[in-house]
Amino acid sequence: MKILDYNDTQLSKKILSEIEEISLSLGDITIMEFCGTHTHSIFRFGIRELLPENVTMLSGPGCPVCVTDNLDIDYSLALAEIPNTILVTFGDMVKVPGSYKSLQDIKAEGKDIRIVYSCMSALEIAEQNPRKSVIFLGVGFETTAPTVAGAIIEAKRRRIDNFFVYSMHKLTPPAMRSILELGEVKLDGILGPGHVSTVIGSEAWSFIPDNYKMPIAIAGFDTIDILLGIRALLEMIRDKTPRVVNTYLRAVKPKGNKLAQNLMYEVFEVTDSYWRGLGRLPKSGLKIREKYRNFDASIQFPINIENVVRHKLCKCGEVIRGVTSPLECPLFNKVCNPTNPIGPCMVSSEGTCSAYYLYGAK
Amino acid sequence: MSEKRITLAYGSGGRLTHQLIKDIFVKYLGNEILYQMNDSATFTFSGNLAFTTDSYVVNPIFFPGGDIGKLAIYGTVNDLAMVGAEPLYISLGIIIEEGLLFEELERIVLSIKEAIEEAGVKVVTGDTKVVEKGKADKVFINTSGIGVIPNGINIRGDNAKPGEVVIVSGTVGDHGIAILSARKSLSFSVDVKSDTAPLNRLVKEMIEAVPEISVLRDPTRGGFATTLNEIAQASNVGIEIEESEIPIKDSVRSACELLGIDPLYIANEGKLIAIVPESKADLLLRVMKNSPYGKDAKIIGRVTREHPGKVVLITRLGVRRLLDMLSGDPLPRIC
Repeated sequence: MKILDYNDTQLSKKILSEIEEISLSLGDITIMEFCGTHTHSIFRFGIRELLPENVTMLSGPGCPVCVTDNLDIDYSLALAEIPNTILVTFGDMVKVPGSYKSLQDIKAEGKDIRIVYSCMSALEIAEQNPRKSVIFLGVGFETTAPTVAGAIIEAKRRRIDNFFVYSMHKLTPPAMRSILELGEVKLDGILGPGHVSTVIGSEAWSFIPDNYKMPIAIAGFDTIDILLGIRALLEMIRDKTPRVVNTYLRAVKPKGNKLAQNLMYEVFEVTDSYWRGLGRLPKSGLKIREKYRNFDASIQFPINIENVVRHKLCKCGEVIRGVTSPLECPLFNKVCNPTNPIGPCMVSSEGTCSAYYLYGAK
Repeated sequence: MSEKRITLAYGSGGRLTHQLIKDIFVKYLGNEILYQMNDSATFTFSGNLAFTTDSYVVNPIFFPGGDIGKLAIYGTVNDLAMVGAEPLYISLGIIIEEGLLFEELERIVLSIKEAIEEAGVKVVTGDTKVVEKGKADKVFINTSGIGVIPNGINIRGDNAKPGEVVIVSGTVGDHGIAILSARKSLSFSVDVKSDTAPLNRLVKEMIEAVPEISVLRDPTRGGFATTLNEIAQASNVGIEIEESEIPIKDSVRSACELLGIDPLYIANEGKLIAIVPESKADLLLRVMKNSPYGKDAKIIGRVTREHPGKVVLITRLGVRRLLDMLSGDPLPRIC
């Protein structure tokens, strides 16, 4: 069937009733939506409340800003303090509190911090300010990394030697694997990330059914996309046929986007990376290859960060793993809110706490 | 095109300042009161007055569908209109960063001329300053405005009553997306124009037909959701909005999806929200739809006794959820 409007109310209700019907034959089911954009869409559309009582959605670690550790935030702040530097970043990062301050705080103090919507804009800023070091904060998953790689290649080609990237990029499959290995939460299925999968392909998730006997459905971000994903998961759970099902066919291919992958691995190589909530995960991050070391801010501006402080009561780490609901955090809606965020999950437009807060979850 | 730029000397108060005022401001904006050229404009009128001020610092200064000049006039005109006032006189204070092209200033003032003609108001007093490079961003404008409120009109933000109906005059989110798309740092372009427009003529027709209108507000900064929250709090009532009834252009919706922002939280510059007794809603809607400034007007919700101070959105799937105020800037997602 060709779907014209992916938010069509009638079709949504039809799929919801099918979900209801399948759920009758199932016990309590918990599905983790990996991606923060899914979390927000699910709340925005009100899907949680319409699912059968025995089907629970749990938010996962798919928010790049949220999983960035305080050490990296402190490093970013230190980079901005270097004289003659312009620090360029995506918007969400500026409000995230590090150990002592946020980028927003030191921007108000006079540090030159600029917000852009694409890494290419950072390159333009570098070109316009040849006497300054322009450092871009590379935060994001496989969706973002290829565009940053593209900017670095372009910088090399155009010989822009005052442009640097501090790479905090992370890979999503290792995080999913880590949550399944930890086994802290009992999961029955995974709603797989749509944007990330356009780059890495649906096949990148085959380890989930193969190694963990768990179904995964890659889904888009409109109402019907999400409902189709959930229906596919419930069907696989009912039939005990865990597979990778791609319900986001209009965007995701089995092998993903080769061009984007090639770009990404031309510039970056896989490295271990530290995740908030998950700790150090092997082969879960991207660092800039030796060939492009002139653009690597971590090499060109080595800084020893000490005394990293993590807020004792902030539950972002547990929220990221799906172990704790934001509502169980002692700070949520008391001390921590979008105007005074204590942890990144309240800051990011993909953060779980921000979704709970914005949409008035009880 | 001339590359002539405005230097600090034009703000010195001397010969060059006079020349600038004469050649640009008086030339395009002149009227009998402005021609007085005294330290203050003097005039007489009587009635209930409305008085407002607003500053405009938009970046970029020219954007699809408008520019800082239009915004500065319409913003103040609309603030006056939102209490039912008929806008009459405007003051115009301009702070120019040295280096602004003459051609750009002239374009802005020409645009102001068009705006005052469309809104039917006069600029009666003004001021120009030039500051050093880096002390302002191209040009900042402050306008104040005076208007007269017709007798018997009582339109205020704290006046919404349970049972009344919420009407929006047209599509939501156009201005915010037009500005974002015009910013160089945005990597895509969308075909969305700012909705910047004067609402005083529309409001005049509305209150002539339905003097019982309780609340009028223009959802500028903070967007539609924030303005509704302000009304709910000021009036201590609940407001319920049907998501499927909110008019949003497809192009705005898809740009918002790309950026990860919610169209209900971004600025509008030519739209209003009206709250009106239910018995008058159909009449008001007909009047609005007849005006070019309200042709897409729609009833989108109602005022309730329940959940005072809060706005509830009923989603397309029929789920009720909180529609909170904006906190911070709407920022794009990064993945």
